[in-house]
Amino acid sequence: LTSFVDFCWKGFASRRSLYAGGLGCLTHQVIYGKIGLMTTLDQTTEEILQLAARHFHVAPGELRPDDDFFKKLGINSLQTLDLLTRLEQHFHIELPDYELQGVSDFRTLAERIHARL
Amino acid sequence: MKPFRGKTLSWQLNQGVVHLVLDRAPCNEIGSVALAELEEFVAALQHVERDAPALIVSSARKEGFCAGADLRELYRESQGLDVEKRASGVRDFLERIHRVMNALDESPLITIAAVNGIAFGGGLELALTCDLIIADKMARFCFPELRLGLIPGFGGIPRLKRDLGNAPIRDLLLTGRSINVGKAQSLGLVSQVTAEGGALRLAQATAAQIGKFDRETAIAAKRFIKPIPREELQREIDIFCDLFARPAVETGLRKFVESADPLPYLP
Repeated sequence: LTSFVDFCWKGFASRRSLYAGGLGCLTHQVIYGKIGLMTTLDQTTEEILQLAARHFHVAPGELRPDDDFFKKLGINSLQTLDLLTRLEQHFHIELPDYELQGVSDFRTLAERIHARL
Repeated sequence: MKPFRGKTLSWQLNQGVVHLVLDRAPCNEIGSVALAELEEFVAALQHVERDAPALIVSSARKEGFCAGADLRELYRESQGLDVEKRASGVRDFLERIHRVMNALDESPLITIAAVNGIAFGGGLELALTCDLIIADKMARFCFPELRLGLIPGFGGIPRLKRDLGNAPIRDLLLTGRSINVGKAQSLGLVSQVTAEGGALRLAQATAAQIGKFDRETAIAAKRFIKPIPREELQREIDIFCDLFARPAVETGLRKFVESADPLPYLP
């Protein structure tokens, strides 16, 4: 456990290196929740960008916090629900659909999610 | 039971399990054609009630289990009709779909809904007729009808009340929010959760288990534990028709049909 915590702690220094180290597929809860670590809004945003890139086949690094995720990912209503489900599972939260009303950029989405962590 | 392949669904009897597969783009919306084929299905089902222990209802569409009533058809068909004729047409449709749903609900077969993706509105109501709901981890459940100025019309409220109680209905109905499979399982709506794309396989394994039990005992157990809330179902039709006659509903339907909103199901 100590070595795992140490590994995660080092990951804080470079969020991208944490993903590069193969942890991108792990849920937020696995990385942070079980060992009681806090996340910042930037980290939450980065996790959302990574998750969206992975599931909608966009090159990593191509997505930016201010991007309109409907346009950038080219997703329809059903795919938006798919994204919502994956985000709920990743962060272990419930995010009612109406929390997404009027939200189109990753940063605001991250704020809504971060408020529930 | 002869295999059937229609325009919106198909069915077959295989190794003692009846399998009804919904298959209409984009997401198995239930309109007049689907209703007619469902009526054929429940008529055919009566002939195998003593021979087959289980029925599985699933979707061939990767988009989901069922997105509910075909609102575009409902809007199109109600255009140019006066209020009385609109209400009469929708009552006829509802009474027919209620007969189908009741037949599935009280079928002597043990029924399993294998849910992938969305089960919204009438799709959730169809799943609620089944004895068990098995869902994959991407499943979502929702009653979005208040968005249109309506209540669920395929028997969803009385069945959900029978199965879960009143509070979960208020949450789903009055907020119009969709819930994920984890929440649905915690409420008791979903009995088993499986990996993405695995609902049908798990439903088949569950049906095989059900087939090991004595048929008469299983039928008696189901009849004892699952009464049909007929009075409330009839009241639901009446309330739906009263609401449907209001101009607000036509406005809501038009807004839905013409919407380019990426989240059209939101209230």
